[in-house]
Amino acid sequence: MAIQSDKLALAHDPMTPRVMRVLKRCHDGPQTVTLDIEPGDSAPFQPGQFNMLSVFGVGEVPISLSGAPTDHDRLRHTIRAVGPVSTALTRLSKGECLGLRGPFGNGWPMQQAEGHDVVLVAGGLGLAPLRPAIYQLLSERERYGRITLLHGTRSPADILFHREIMAWRRHRNIDIEVTVDHAPPDWRGHVGVVTRLISSVPFETGNTLAFVCGPEVMMRFAIAALKDAGLGDETIYLSMERNMKCAVGFCGHCQFGPVFVCRDGPVFRHDRLGGLLNLKEI
Amino acid sequence: MRGLERIIRDHPFFAGLDDAFCQLVYGCAKNVRFAEGDYLFREGEAANRLYLLRQGRVALETKTPGRGTLIFRTLNTGDLVGLSWLVPPYRWAYDARALESVRAIAMDAACLRQKCEEDHDLGYDVMKRVVPILIERLHGTQIQLLDVYGDPV
Amino acid sequence: MPEQQSLTPNGLQALLDALQARGYRIIGPTLRDQAVVYDDVQSLTDLPVGWTDVQEAGHYRLARRDDDALFGYAVGPHSWKHYLHTPVQRLWHAKHERDDIIVTTEPPEAPRLALFGVRSCELHAIAIQDRVLLGGHYRDVHYAARRQDNFIVAVNCAVAGGTCFCASMHTGPKAVAGYDLALTEIIDEGEHRFLIEAGTPEGVEVLSELPARQASNEDIALADAILASTAESMGREMQADDVRELLLAHLEHPRWDDVATRCLTCGNCTLVCPTCFCTSEEDSSDLTGTEMARSRRWDSCFTMDFSYLHGGSVRASHRARYRQWMTHKLATWHDQFDTSGCVGCGRCITWCPVGIDITEEVKAIRETSQEAGS
Repeated sequence: MAIQSDKLALAHDPMTPRVMRVLKRCHDGPQTVTLDIEPGDSAPFQPGQFNMLSVFGVGEVPISLSGAPTDHDRLRHTIRAVGPVSTALTRLSKGECLGLRGPFGNGWPMQQAEGHDVVLVAGGLGLAPLRPAIYQLLSERERYGRITLLHGTRSPADILFHREIMAWRRHRNIDIEVTVDHAPPDWRGHVGVVTRLISSVPFETGNTLAFVCGPEVMMRFAIAALKDAGLGDETIYLSMERNMKCAVGFCGHCQFGPVFVCRDGPVFRHDRLGGLLNLKEI
Repeated sequence: MRGLERIIRDHPFFAGLDDAFCQLVYGCAKNVRFAEGDYLFREGEAANRLYLLRQGRVALETKTPGRGTLIFRTLNTGDLVGLSWLVPPYRWAYDARALESVRAIAMDAACLRQKCEEDHDLGYDVMKRVVPILIERLHGTQIQLLDVYGDPV
Repeated sequence: MPEQQSLTPNGLQALLDALQARGYRIIGPTLRDQAVVYDDVQSLTDLPVGWTDVQEAGHYRLARRDDDALFGYAVGPHSWKHYLHTPVQRLWHAKHERDDIIVTTEPPEAPRLALFGVRSCELHAIAIQDRVLLGGHYRDVHYAARRQDNFIVAVNCAVAGGTCFCASMHTGPKAVAGYDLALTEIIDEGEHRFLIEAGTPEGVEVLSELPARQASNEDIALADAILASTAESMGREMQADDVRELLLAHLEHPRWDDVATRCLTCGNCTLVCPTCFCTSEEDSSDLTGTEMARSRRWDSCFTMDFSYLHGGSVRASHRARYRQWMTHKLATWHDQFDTSGCVGCGRCITWCPVGIDITEEVKAIRETSQEAGS
């Protein structure tokens, strides 16, 4: 018995990358590069979504969009060189070609957050997938209550988007606290874990949504601290990361218990992960 | 109420402190100020005081050959500075430096220890205030040790 | 109820001829490397005539039957995914042209496959892969193309293999849907014949071209009896109704440590499983970097690379990898695709080099969880 034989829309094969050029490349910290890529005919993206970026002949990796969703002139991605593909991506220069598929996945719950206070907890490079959400929160500032960004990172030299954070702090209606794990003696900011900042935020519990993104260990502790501060599991959203090959739910790699991180995430409401975050090797 | 007594009662460390206990610890306390760059104490010195920050930020730091001075923790208004006064050999394990102008309550550690020894109810009360801070710092240190933002293997 | 007809072995050859005349490439069971595998079939003599198989945990041997049955064996190491969700598939290739790169999507092949001799468990497996690869927001174009012109001839199982448990999974031994034609083989008092019924209009059309006659009531009763006897002689059994809840409630059960001491993480179970769909991708290029391509190939959740993330594997231990495979198959598959990922074919039991038996593993967890009163 044959399946329904619809027209095969090859032009829309989700596995074939579109060839795009790098418009701009700039350093954003140690081993970290932000690439602006021409958008071509890419669909608009939601804050929190990701693209699959290919270096031809090397491979493909998922990279979150880190720019403004309203910027239709470029697709911005912030990449840290950790493996062969991400390293090759960070070495691309202006004018070079790369492959792009996407955008994939869901996004941060921007609509649900309207009328609420929002606290964003970003660990390390986890600030990159949160930045589009920050842009959107700030551009529609009147729709949201108090906005707080807590950014934890390794050392002052590792602070992502440092100058932009300073500018937000000066000019925008957003509370920002940055903390590092260790610092040279001229550092005047916080030193210590990001979870400690959570207890100092004046939450209006019952009216606050938390967006959390960072290393999984840090997210576990951040969730615990947010719950201690009075937030319910259903108000905490986190962006998960797993090995990803296809981004469309075919390859099976990104499974995290019952979910495919690519298809059902990467953003999950904490109560919907059913405690899996606390199990080893899931 | 005397000024210092109110200051003690208002400090988060002593929140909800019993009147009688307040009278006991009051005798060990005094107000102190540090200018930016002053050291509250230095590694290796006798831990004969503890500080309850009323205003300002303090860096806990250590010196590493080749890496210079490294701040591993900052403490802010409301925090307790110093834990080594609690247990022998009562010796500081790091430097504490004022990152800005700092006002604090300094407690004479020997005085407080003696009062805790004489009145175990007070001792238990003080322990219940110190131990959560210890645990919180231990957990924080544990996450820092994991170097979660560092380079993967 | 569709009308049952009867065919002689010559009539069945006429079916193969009719399918070839319609341009189908017929894939069916053949003998190779001392196993029943699926390959091109043109004549009934290509089938494993007079052979059966003896299957147990970690054991597979062919054996002679005392008749000339064409379908007197259970399933072998192959499943239809070899032809529908192929082991290797090039996705695209690309070429550097001056300072540009031209990417060309690999055109999907639509080989017009007739699958001949598909068992009920395998029909269910195909339906499951349809859900996985075609049922979501995205469609796998290569799978879709290979599935689109299939003609499926199912065979109701006249023998149960030693590791079969389709009866308890409600996936067999009788084919009930998903076929164009379904056969039941009858050898009775030396007379060899096949009951045949159509499941689709195309099946009816093909059947009308065959030298079939109305099946006798006796033969229909005989076929029912054969199927009942197959259902009763299953080598294995799995209580499947609550297995999802059972496993998810016992993700830290000591049995996972136990099975980890036996499991070699070789991935055989995932390769023989007719529903396992996981793939990986690999890029290649020529030495000059002018020609590049990306292929996908079957992957297995038993490899370390499968869950590789930032310098290490998420599931580094054997325990975690076996648990992932089994809980996915029997539990989280329900969450993802609203069906079990297991059809009770028994391949993973037979082809496990150390004889790990999925039904035994479930039973062990069930029994100890009952002892513990949970």
